[in-house]
Amino acid sequence: MDRIPILKMGPFLLVTIQVDMHDRLAMTLQDDLTSRIADTGARGVLIDISALEMVDSFIGRMIANIAGMARILDAHTVVTGMQPSVAITLVELGLSLPGVRTALNVERGMSLLQSFLDDSDPLVEEPSPVDEGAGAGPEE
Amino acid sequence: MRAPVPVLKSDELPIRSSSDVVVVRQLVRTRAIEAAFSLVDQTRIVTAASELARNTLEYGGGGRARIDVIREGVRTGLRITFEDKGPGIANLELALTDGYTTGRGLGLGLGGARRLMNDFQIESKPGEGTRVVVVRWH
Repeated sequence: MDRIPILKMGPFLLVTIQVDMHDRLAMTLQDDLTSRIADTGARGVLIDISALEMVDSFIGRMIANIAGMARILDAHTVVTGMQPSVAITLVELGLSLPGVRTALNVERGMSLLQSFLDDSDPLVEEPSPVDEGAGAGPEE
Repeated sequence: MRAPVPVLKSDELPIRSSSDVVVVRQLVRTRAIEAAFSLVDQTRIVTAASELARNTLEYGGGGRARIDVIREGVRTGLRITFEDKGPGIANLELALTDGYTTGRGLGLGLGGARRLMNDFQIESKPGEGTRVVVVRWH
């Protein structure tokens, strides 16, 4: 059975959808991604749909489901590269994907995920404010 | 019923599985491109076809789609007919309401398809089946 590959890059998972998905493939992706988030402890998921020529209510629901499940598993989701014609059609269809973050391209999507990571996690090993203050002064 | 319009091209496809839905989408896209629809219109038509083909499969228990390229005066249209011999729809008005579903979907299929196309016609008899005809003109 065919599957859509999921790539791991640091704390993020990347998916590029390049085929016209039938419904079972979309369901498989949803399940695979959710398991991979749990297995890897990923903090962000980027789904690039720039090659998708159509998003109907089924695929839209899958995207919303992934974002919802990822959030419960402490990961953020960004959908990138939606074609303008797809965006127009999706809204006319009645789906506006509330709760799903989007970015124009993969590069912006990655920096969005990175920014979530930067300001969300007090447990990440970052210099404490005291250290930061002490080290910030310029040397004479 | 309107007078029949000239049909330039006609294809019929079965809808028995979720991969058949993809095949319907692809042929609809091909015909929309051939008929010189804009990219946004192509996307609208393909999306509406996908919603309706899925309905035929999920609620009608499978059926078929007919894709016609038609001409009326100076305008060209893409007409798609979905037919099934499923349980039918008891309350059409309710079925067309956004958010109403008897299945697992979002309830946007019929209402969404109606918004995405220019003409929308649905006939259904409980116990006999459902027939949906949609047209997009340009």
